[in-house]
Amino acid sequence: MWCRSKRAWAWAVLASTIAGATLRAEVGVGDRFPSLQDAGLSEGVLPEVEGRVLLVDFWASWCAPCKASFPAFARLHEEFGVRGLAIVAVSVDEKRAAYAAFVKKLAPPFATVRDAGHSLASAVGVPAMPTTYLVDRAGRVRFVHRGFHGSASERELRAQIEALLAERG
Amino acid sequence: MKAAAILAGTMASMFAGCTTVRVQPWERAALTDYGMRTDRDPLATAAAEHTYFSRESATGGRGVGGSGCGCN
Repeated sequence: MWCRSKRAWAWAVLASTIAGATLRAEVGVGDRFPSLQDAGLSEGVLPEVEGRVLLVDFWASWCAPCKASFPAFARLHEEFGVRGLAIVAVSVDEKRAAYAAFVKKLAPPFATVRDAGHSLASAVGVPAMPTTYLVDRAGRVRFVHRGFHGSASERELRAQIEALLAERG
Repeated sequence: MKAAAILAGTMASMFAGCTTVRVQPWERAALTDYGMRTDRDPLATAAAEHTYFSRESATGGRGVGGSGCGCN
């Protein structure tokens, strides 16, 4: 009886673990990043990403670290854009006006789009705001950075971008 | 075995329910709204502070020395 009960618990724990893991699936390192073209993004224009290293940043106008990250992404865009880096900043703002005011104020030199329905954010399973994904030329996620911690984050992203750009496509 | 399957199913649905009620990071716009701040009303904040340091005066309230009478 004790043995059967033990087995029942083992099954229960296994099932609940699988259920939890399935529901909290996040796109991580090694996974293929969902297509931006098919994600139903609005407001902005997507850059050509084929054969380029892609930086996808999820942000919102109500998120203070996101605001702090934009100048850093502008510097990365300026430095690595010509070498094959494409930056797409995906806003999860529900209010179009909030998105537009933020973009107008910061005037980023890289592409910004809005995921109004949160379909891409849900598909990716964004774990924090902001979260930055670095995708290699083959479309695989190679680095995930949660939050933005000033120069330390910029340094880390710069090193990862350098390494990805050095790889042959 | 049947009991194990029922238990497994019940626990799976319970845990699954717990994971889906979580407010996702991209859904927190309302939480950052000005109206959600606890210090948005200066008068209410001052009153709460006064109550706090009066009640906690034995340890000086929020870093302010006091006698404990609540009159300062």
